[in-house]
Amino acid sequence: MTAPRSLGREAWRRLRKNRMAFACLLGVAAIAVACFGGPVVCGWFGLDATTLDLDLLAAPPSAAHPLGTDNLGRDLLVRVMIGGQIAIVVGLTATAVALVIGVAWGAVAGYAGGRVDAVMMRIVDVLYGFPTIVFVVVIRAVFDTHSLVSLFALIGAVSWLTMARIVRGQVLSLRQREFIEAARAIGASPARIVLRHVIPNTLGTVVVYATVLIPQAMLTETFLSFIGLGVQAPLASWGTLVTEGSTQVAVSPWVLAGPGLAMGLTIFALNFLGDGLRDAIDPQTR
Amino acid sequence: MLRLIVSRLAGGVAVLAAVATIAFLLLHAAPGGPFSRERRLQPAVQRNIEDRYHLHDPLWQQYARYMRGLAHGDLGHSMKRPETVGAIIKRHFPYSLTLGLMAIGFAAVFGTLLGVVAAARKNTWVDYTAMSVALIGISIPSLVLGPLAIRYLALALGWVPAARADGVVGYLAPAAVLGLIYAGTIARLARASMIETLGADYIRTARAKGVSERGVVWRHGLRLGLLPVVSYLGPATAALISGSFVVEKIFQIPGLGFYFVDSVTSRDYPVLTGLLVFYVGFLVLFNLLVDLAYGWIDPRIRHGERAP
Repeated sequence: MTAPRSLGREAWRRLRKNRMAFACLLGVAAIAVACFGGPVVCGWFGLDATTLDLDLLAAPPSAAHPLGTDNLGRDLLVRVMIGGQIAIVVGLTATAVALVIGVAWGAVAGYAGGRVDAVMMRIVDVLYGFPTIVFVVVIRAVFDTHSLVSLFALIGAVSWLTMARIVRGQVLSLRQREFIEAARAIGASPARIVLRHVIPNTLGTVVVYATVLIPQAMLTETFLSFIGLGVQAPLASWGTLVTEGSTQVAVSPWVLAGPGLAMGLTIFALNFLGDGLRDAIDPQTR
Repeated sequence: MLRLIVSRLAGGVAVLAAVATIAFLLLHAAPGGPFSRERRLQPAVQRNIEDRYHLHDPLWQQYARYMRGLAHGDLGHSMKRPETVGAIIKRHFPYSLTLGLMAIGFAAVFGTLLGVVAAARKNTWVDYTAMSVALIGISIPSLVLGPLAIRYLALALGWVPAARADGVVGYLAPAAVLGLIYAGTIARLARASMIETLGADYIRTARAKGVSERGVVWRHGLRLGLLPVVSYLGPATAALISGSFVVEKIFQIPGLGFYFVDSVTSRDYPVLTGLLVFYVGFLVLFNLLVDLAYGWIDPRIRHGERAP
């Protein structure tokens, strides 16, 4: 008989067995390493994001510029990698913010139950009615800021609603379980029960949903940059790069293809990884 | 049945009022407004403009006036353009409606097909292919797909017009681009729910009495398996027909999406609030339709007898 394995280790084993999902995990890691390490390496070969190569304006991919250049003659490969840095930071920051708000909101509502639950979830319902952009714009106007950090946090602050609903549903069923009752019986305070017993048991679901939130945050950044409320030039994000590329697609499609492909691959890998994680953590859904 | 509809409509009106109130208050709290600009106007001119929009009245009076107008179907007057919000909607909504309906139609049919086929051939290469297609649909933003479609389908191959064209053909490419992301979501919903349904007892009964596999999947399974898809279609349709900025801009379709974003960036608050109320109205309406469809699809959920 083998030693009993923890649930986490079992899930990891199942994820390893799902080859595609595991490949996606490695792929995401590789993209992250490339985005943060790539510009440095390219620097050794004389490629950077700001040098204007005036002989090669909007040039197609070549040995000197693997993804081509944009219409100012800047190397697209380096710009895509730098844009990737922003995309990754957006994804992680926004997801972290959404995670904290959503888990706290859902756990409190679900554990408190009754009127508190009803009021908190009605608030979520009403907020669901508003398109994301309305919040983003109003908050950006109120705080009158164009800093990147505030943009990232903001995207997170408007995407916690579904997380709150999911966590609340989990907590509702958890709260009836014996071990919670046992904790209550030995006199643990509600705060302690929520923090130490309820929330840790929702983490599986939370992690799965978090992998879906990261690509969503990236897409929100793209949309905001497209309408001019996101990352501002001369900074490059995937959003601004794709926006730029979309206007030149008729003459120089590679300006769109490079960043578009990078973005599509990353989002695809993250979504696929999310599916794999869900299957690994809860094999019954497969 | 009637009682359900009436009570749901009343709830919907309450939601609408809440959304209008929140939007009204939020936008009043936001600093700056449509009339704050770089160059100061002459004080008298500024005051005249602000008087025209009753901006000197106490907040509650402005609010009461707005809600009274809303109750009469008056969404107010734009602060930037010489027309009412109603006129803007009337002129541009048909484009968004056509595009949105075609997109959701495409998404519903294509997504359901993918999902059902994947579920029927669970864990085979058919399943994996269908689900990869769905995932690709979800993963490529329309901002990337749209321009590529114009470049290759329209400019290189000439299959569809490159930009705004009248008639159904002009909407084919934008509707497909817009619908693809929804198709992916629908396919995933349909697959999960069909797998669950196909394991149900009544399906085993159908198989036992000799219904063909095709009949089991498409007639018996589909009916209940589609419930999650139906409930997803409600909000998705509301979102799609009230304007999609990116796709409309890329394909130069003069829909409502532009006004959603423009009202935000130019701080044309009446237009923004009006469009929000318009959208939430559809949201409420389609969610009601979804509830009614539920009772019709699943005989076990007959409303009225056990009202929630």
